This record gives sequence, C-alpha cells and structure tokens, in this order.
Amino acid sequence: MQKTTKQRTNVDWFLTVLRVASLAVIAAGFAAFVAQLIDSDNPFARWANPDAISLTGEQFRGLVVTGLAQGSMYGLIALGYSMVYGVLGFINFAHGEVFMVGAMTGAITSNKLAESGYWESSFVVCLLLVVVLSMLVCTITAVVMERVAYRPLRGKPRLIPLITSIGVSFFLQNCVLALLGSTVKSYPDLPNWLTDKRTFLDVQGSKILVVLVAATAMVALWYLVEKTKTGKAMRAVAEDAEIASLMGIDVNRIIVKTFAVGGAMAGVAGILWGLLFRSVIHTTGFLPGIKAFSSAVVGGIGNLGGSMAGGLTIGVAESLGPLMILEPLGVSGPSQLRDAVAFAVLIIVLLVRPSGLFGEQLPSDERT
Amino acid sequence: MTRFHSSRTLAKRKGTFAWAIAVLAALSLLAASCGNDDDGPAVADQAPLATATEAPMATEAPAADPAPAADPRGDAVGDGSLGVVTVPAGEAIQIRSLNAISGPVAFLGLPNQRAVELAIADYGDISGFSVDMGTPLDGLCSSEGGQAAAQTIAADEQVIGVIGTSCSGAAVAAAPLITQAGMVIISPSNTSPALTSDFQGNPGESYNAGYYRTAHNDLVQGAAMANFVFSELGIDNAAALHDGDPYTQGLASAFRNSFEELGGTVSGFTGINKGDTDMVPALTELAAGSPGALFFPIFQPEGDFVAAQAPTVSGLEGTSLLAADGLLVDDFLALTDSVGMHFSGPDTRFGTNTNQSTGQSADQILAAYTQAHGEAPSAAFWGHAYDAATLLLDAVAAASWVEDGDLHIDRAGVRQHLNSVSGYNGITGTLSCDDFGDCASQKITVVYHQDSEAVEAGKENVVYSYP
Repeated sequence: MQKTTKQRTNVDWFLTVLRVASLAVIAAGFAAFVAQLIDSDNPFARWANPDAISLTGEQFRGLVVTGLAQGSMYGLIALGYSMVYGVLGFINFAHGEVFMVGAMTGAITSNKLAESGYWESSFVVCLLLVVVLSMLVCTITAVVMERVAYRPLRGKPRLIPLITSIGVSFFLQNCVLALLGSTVKSYPDLPNWLTDKRTFLDVQGSKILVVLVAATAMVALWYLVEKTKTGKAMRAVAEDAEIASLMGIDVNRIIVKTFAVGGAMAGVAGILWGLLFRSVIHTTGFLPGIKAFSSAVVGGIGNLGGSMAGGLTIGVAESLGPLMILEPLGVSGPSQLRDAVAFAVLIIVLLVRPSGLFGEQLPSDERT
Repeated sequence: MTRFHSSRTLAKRKGTFAWAIAVLAALSLLAASCGNDDDGPAVADQAPLATATEAPMATEAPAADPAPAADPRGDAVGDGSLGVVTVPAGEAIQIRSLNAISGPVAFLGLPNQRAVELAIADYGDISGFSVDMGTPLDGLCSSEGGQAAAQTIAADEQVIGVIGTSCSGAAVAAAPLITQAGMVIISPSNTSPALTSDFQGNPGESYNAGYYRTAHNDLVQGAAMANFVFSELGIDNAAALHDGDPYTQGLASAFRNSFEELGGTVSGFTGINKGDTDMVPALTELAAGSPGALFFPIFQPEGDFVAAQAPTVSGLEGTSLLAADGLLVDDFLALTDSVGMHFSGPDTRFGTNTNQSTGQSADQILAAYTQAHGEAPSAAFWGHAYDAATLLLDAVAAASWVEDGDLHIDRAGVRQHLNSVSGYNGITGTLSCDDFGDCASQKITVVYHQDSEAVEAGKENVVYSYP
C-alpha cells in the first residue's frame, strides 16, 4: 500500500504534518521534563515553564504504579469490548455498565461481610467470595443483555446493535440508580497489610494486588481462548461465523460464551476498581468504559493481548502525561487535562498506526 | 497473541468501526459537557444592570398616576418606578419558591422550600391578605433548570418575589429574568461571590439589582478557612484543589487570596475534573510544593478519592486535609479516610435565635419541620430560607397599602425595604443587607471530625468561628 511521492495527495501531506507536529510536541515536553530533572533551574526548562517543578523519584514511581493499576483495569474491561467485536463485529458500549454493576455488587457484598466482621477476620476468603459473586452477577448481566437486546438484532446492519448498546448502557445505569439510589457506595476499609506501602518498590500493596490479579485474569483468558475447545470455537466464529456453523459449531452458544467471559472480566475489573478507589456510583462505568474502548482501539481491536497493552498504555499515559509533557510546557492546570491526554494517545496512535499498536492480523486472502 | 478477525465482512466492519469512533467522540463531548451541567456559563452579560429598572411593567403605570390629595399609601415605601401590583380583595399575595427539589441535589433544595412554607404559615396575613407560595418550582441546580423556572415565574405578573435558587449556577440564569420583571429574588443557599460583590464595592459579574441572599458569600468562607489554617493550625504553606465547577473554583480562589494576604504561601493550586477517580497525578502536582495543608472544597465522589489517595502520595503524607460544607455530609464522614479532617461551613448553631418577624425560635421551627416532614432537614440552609421568606414578607408589608379593599404593592418599595435591612434578628443571626444584596450574618465555623462512627458529633464539633 506504500504510495510513491508522486501519488501523495494533500490529505496525505496534512496527515504527515499532523503526525510530525504531535510527536514534536511530545518530544519537546519530554525534553523540557528531562532538562528539569537534570537541573531544575536550567534555561531550557525555565523558558518552557518559569514555574516548572520536577518530580522526585518516589513521586515518579507512584505515578507509574497508579498508571499501571488503572491501566490494567482498562485492559480488563477492554477485553470484553475486543472479544465481542471479534465475534460479532460491533462495539458493545454497554460493557462499561457491566463493569459498574460488578463494582456495585462488590460494594454491597463487601459491606455486608464487613458488618458481620468476616471482612476483617478472613479478608482473603471474603475477597475471593466477592470476586466470584461479582463475576457471576456480571456474567448474568452480560448474557441477559445479549439475549434480550442483541440476539434479536443478529444479522441486521452493525450500526443497529451499536446504537442499541448505547440504549442498554443508559438502561443499566438508570436501573442501578432506581434500585440503589444516587448516593456514593463505599467499600469497607482494606486491611493494613494491603494499604501500607510495601518495601518492594515502596508502593501500596493494593496497587500491586490489582496488577497481579489483572495479570492472572489475562493469563486465564489467554489459556481459555488459545488452549481450550471453546476458545478454538470462538476463534473459528470470529474467523467466519457461517463456515464455523457449517463445521458443527453452535454459533449462538459461542456468542453467549463470549459475552459471559467478557462479563466475568468486567466483574473482576469492578472489584479491582473497588479495592483501588473504594467508591462507586451509578455513573462509574461511563468514563472507564470509554477509556477501555479507546484502549482496545489503541492495542488493535480484536486483539486480546493488544487490548491489555492498550489499557496499560492509556493508563500510564494519562497518569504521567500531564506532569511529564504538559506541565514542563507550561500548560496550566495539567491534571484537568488527563482525559484529553488519554484520548490524544488514541488519536496519535491512530495517526501513526491506524490498525493499533499491535494491529489486526488478517487472513492471507485479505492481506493484499 | 490471539487475534480475532472476520474475512468476509471486513470492509463492512471498517465502516462500523469508523462509526464507532464517531460515536466515541460524540460521547466524549457529551461527557465533557455533562461535567459543566451543574453550573452553566454566566449569562449575566445579557442582563446589564440598567435594564433591571427599565423592565416594562404590565401592572399599573405609576408615572401616569398623580398622587391623590389624601394619600392612601400612608407610609408605604417605594417610588413606583418598577410598577405596582394590585391584589384584588379576597385573593392572595403571590410569592414563589424556586429550589432544587428533584435529582441529586434535592437534599439541598427541599429543606429550603419546606422552611419557606413554615415561614409563610408563621407570618400570617399581611393587611388581611393571605400569602400564597403557589406550586413549588424546580431549579434542578442547573442553569437550564433555573432559566426555565424563572421564565414561568416572570410570566406571572402577580408574583412579588422568589425564594431561591438553591445553587449558584441556577441563580446566574434565573436572577436576570426575575429581576428584570421587577420582582426580587432572595436566595437561601447561593454562595458564589459573582452573584453579589467582592465586598470592595465591585459588583460580581453576575450581579443583578433585585438579587439578595441570606447565605454567606464564599469570600468569607475562604477567608475563614485561610485564617484557621494560618493562625490556628500555624501552617504557612498550603495548597488548594477544585473540580472546575464555579462554586469550588471560587471558594478555592477565595482561600488562596486570603491565605496570601495573611502572609502565607499557596504552593499549589490546581483542578481535577468531575468524574475523575485517579487523583494521584493532581496530588503529585500539589505535592511538589510540600504543602502543610490541602484545602479541597469539592463534592463526593471525587472528595472520597482525594481523601483516600492524598496520604499515599509522596510529599503529602503528613499534610492536613481540609474541605468545605460540600463534603460535610454523612456518607463522607462515615469514611475512615475523612477522620482528622477539618470542614468549613455556615454556622448552624442557631440555638435560641428568634426570628423577629414571627417570634419563632430555631428550636420551635426545627420541631415544626420535623413534625411536618418526619425527618430533620437534610441540609444546613433551612434557617437561611426561613429568614429569607420573612424578610420578603416584611418587605411586602412595608411597601403595600390597602385602597378600595384591594392591596397595592410597590415593587420598587420592596427593593427599597430590602436594601435598608439592618440589624434584623433572624434564625441565622443578625442580618444586614449591603449594596449588592449580601444580607447574611456571614458566620462561618470550622468543625473537626474525629470518629467515622460518630458522624453527628463530627458535624457539631466546632473548633473555630469566623469572624
């Protein structure tokens, strides 16, 4: 698809300028940041931002770890987007709300456990129970959603389920609002061994736990998709649903399973959210849902490993970007721009690599 | 890694994909705009001060009405320049309540409205005419809601005045419409300095003649917190955090200005967005200045995240956390992260204060409220609403006279009376109106929260009063 210089249109030139400009801004911001680190009073750093502040090593580490923790959550949610896209080819925007339902389930059950005293006395057992329950509720939500809202639309143009999913999203949000009210639901306190800073990297145990749980869930999912019969069937349906059905695969069953697995991942992410932020309201799913979708696109939608990597990329970028790129450039109130940073990452990745960081590997006949 | 793909429908899918991106962009825009819903852009520019007195009056034209030989007006105040409302014999004097009574901010607006009902009942008739609040209007705590309700009110020529709005954002839209119709609006819980003045003689950008309030001006709350931190806690390096909302931004700025005037350093001042959860980047930005105190006058749930995450950020481990009345709510105080925090807010120790117009004490009103509604007021401004209503009714009494059995109320007289209020004994203290409608007693207290199990005790544990 490489074009020679003669074939280049104005649009191509414009895109090239845009690519170079955006990368140049990042480079300039990063250079100013490095200049600050070397000597907080050097002329280059002062030129860019007279009030420049530099980060201490500990603060930098703190930002990276929160970015990774938040990013692994985005990644877990993104898996659901990616799997459904892979199998059905439409974006299930209600997936963010499934995640919120998981976080809500966790808040309710963990508070009940805390009331009875089990949360403190046997935390690990309680956490497992809460995770399993949340996965269960999310799985049921996702499966019912598929059965009620999406299956009747099977075979219709893909825009129709897409718009339906936005409706489902509002429906779930308002259901939770009506059932549980508009107040903030808080998780009970975590045991000290989780909230204390660990000697290892000097970061909070809960953040390490979040990254570990996300990694475990990712490995489990990889095993499911890559090594089991169900996974093989999922891949076959993703490749070509009609041919798969001719091969004796029950396509509807596989689609339900895909929704169920995606829902379970969202359930895990919901609990991790609860451990990390300890508060949840009915709108909690919206922004993480959008960011997770962006993560799926950044990593290359349909690509499971890419989704996780995309999540981590966006999580770390929005955590570090404001203070590493914007603040050294003299942008005021950089922390208010973290959402802008997250979506700028999406735009820049799409500009530079339109198929996402890890791309979509096409079958041989589509490659030309 | 595993890759899903479809060979047949790839072209189609790319189309869907483009759509999905477009929808994503649209949703992001929606999210961005939702964040500002609570307080819309200032629309006061559309209502310059001068127009407030030029509003066409549908009621009797006073200029063409030469004073009769025997003046039936008696000592009613007013020059008639805004028109005169005639209440026919047997009908009621019309005032309105415009508060946020549905949605997430109903906890603030409902007590306001109920207190107005109580005040009307306690006040009784004016010159033999009863007072009617009509159907309560809902300002929704948004500029759109305030504007819609204000249009309904302004269309009714019999209305003399309005008690509302609950939120400053709604007032910015509602006040121009209501004051241009010659009516007055008295808010029990707006605190934005933009609605009145900076106390230095400069009107705020959203000030309208005919706007009054019995709630404090946030400049006072900012000064109270600054004085408390600087003098009482002995901290000379502080930081402030807002969430982009005009209320929180105004209060955080007021704190910064006062703190710097006192000689302290504000080493960090930044914002987060409503809906943010990961506060570590913003907190890290503030931590660079190693502040001894962090003031974040924001709301839930963002406040929860700040309180929980601040101690984990390197450089903020020992920083004192302070917030305003927005977080002085049960759900927040029940969090262990909020233990050890200080909160500023209006002084609600009304005790034995008595409203001079009705003779009712705070305790009596509270008892009547609880009996009528089966619950205690859910927000702190019920006393302010009661005082606002009696001020308005006093003004109506002062600017009205009976002629041929009808009651005549001079709109300009209502304003004249409110402008001259001084040393009025209300539930909330002694009220005096300045030239820009600030009538509150301006008493601010700081409470210290010590135990997440004892929420009520935390609200009452006053450690500092200002002024």
